[in-house]
Amino acid sequence: MADIIMAGFGGQGVLTAGKILIDVAAREGKNVSWTSSYGAEMRGGTASCSVVISDEEIGSPYPTKLDILLAMNEPSYDKFIGSMRDGGLVIVNTSLVAKSGYPDNVRVYGVDATDMANAAGNGRAANLVMLGAMIKASGLLDVDRFGAGLDAYFDAKGKNTPKNAECYRLGATSLREL
Amino acid sequence: MSVDYVLMKGNEAIAEAALRAGCRFYAGYPITPQSEILEYMSVHMAKRGGVFIQGENEIASMSMLFGAAACGARCMSSSSGPGFDLKQEEISYLSAAGLPAVLVNAMRYGLGDGEITAGQDSYWVSTRGGGHGDKRLLVLAPASVQECADLTYLAFDLAEKYRNVVEILSDGAICQMIEKCVLPEPREHDMNKFDWALTGKPREARKNKAYNLSYYMGYEAYDRYMREKIESMFENEQRWEEFMLEDAELVLVAYGISSRACRSAVRQARRDGMKLGLIRPISVWPFPRRAFAGVPDSVRGYVSVEMSITTQMGEDIQLATEFSKPLYAYLTSKEIPTVEGIIAYCQEILAGNIKPTEVL
Repeated sequence: MADIIMAGFGGQGVLTAGKILIDVAAREGKNVSWTSSYGAEMRGGTASCSVVISDEEIGSPYPTKLDILLAMNEPSYDKFIGSMRDGGLVIVNTSLVAKSGYPDNVRVYGVDATDMANAAGNGRAANLVMLGAMIKASGLLDVDRFGAGLDAYFDAKGKNTPKNAECYRLGATSLREL
Repeated sequence: MSVDYVLMKGNEAIAEAALRAGCRFYAGYPITPQSEILEYMSVHMAKRGGVFIQGENEIASMSMLFGAAACGARCMSSSSGPGFDLKQEEISYLSAAGLPAVLVNAMRYGLGDGEITAGQDSYWVSTRGGGHGDKRLLVLAPASVQECADLTYLAFDLAEKYRNVVEILSDGAICQMIEKCVLPEPREHDMNKFDWALTGKPREARKNKAYNLSYYMGYEAYDRYMREKIESMFENEQRWEEFMLEDAELVLVAYGISSRACRSAVRQARRDGMKLGLIRPISVWPFPRRAFAGVPDSVRGYVSVEMSITTQMGEDIQLATEFSKPLYAYLTSKEIPTVEGIIAYCQEILAGNIKPTEVL
């Protein structure tokens, strides 16, 4: 069971990261829900989606306490860090988030997602780097099986490139505890 | 593992289930948060041999729907809040002519334009409305993507069975969320199977009419027909789900997205020693009065949990319970109810700190 929020700037792919996550988790037999914030949003404003993954029936699809936060920019980190459960997991995009310290009640891992995706020639895949770091750090699902599921997701869309899996693997191997 | 489900938004599940129920005519006009229904229909309707029209507005779309319904086609339109208001006149005309049609109303918050975000603003207009005149809409309120599909599929059968308008009352949360959904089997609908539908001009064709039934049935027979139809729907179409009612002290009553938070709240409260239960209306008209006949004596009051400014469902709860227990209303307006908020409110009720709702 995990209550998750993925958040960042519009365009960073947080909604897609959530859709990939529920797609793979559902194939692994989990119950899943995905909801996104929508409303009068600004270009460059924040975007987020809530994901619930559970072996049991999912009640509210809008969790208020989080097990996992994936923060792709600083406003997202600031907005949701206070919602973390004790012992929760925070994945931070250290290309864009620089904090002098982190709360003691959570585990925080950083990965230079934006820089790595750019360096890999797949600038739009910072979300996949973040997913790699999250899957590795959380143990939510098997790292290799998730990688295969991620490929299947993009294959089904007819828009895959080997660089997607590469970015995911970069995330899974480059995270560091903060 | 084999995949027998799809991951879909509620809106998409409604649209696909409609197509699988044999819906071959859709006319509507975009409005958040239901525009994916339109979008889905625009992509998929033609592939199934049907007609998709984005009308110049909601009113025109409804007039087109009237035409399709009069010819016996399974047909659907959808809207939200202010857009749904514009459909009221034609709902009355569809009802007057006894034409089956399925409408979707994805609720938002507030009056006028309100907000485009989720709410439960349209309970009254759905359960009491449908334009002027004596009629009832059958109104079904899904609380999951699976129910979006299942109830839409069912809605077409009910519309035909009663020659009545059926409304799917979803909300900006249920229609926008993605969950697993097992889709129903595709069916073809024979639009020529009815003895009441318009058939065209050949000399040997039946000369059916598509206007007020009362004009050719006669008023006395028509009034009786309408009364019997409404009674029959009330008797046969009450749908609900009960959750942990046994030995409950407070019974939450909620539909749609609010009921999802309530289920979690009931579970959590019972772990903490507070005895909550839940009645979830699936049909909001007819309101499931029968659900309230079976509640245990332990119940001290009912809590209507709604995303609205004032309680809209409260008076139906009071009618169902014959004002026998206090009614409280936990109203979250444009915020999704939270487990913590529901539990805290119920604790305050049991502590005697909250007065029952008197304004209905």
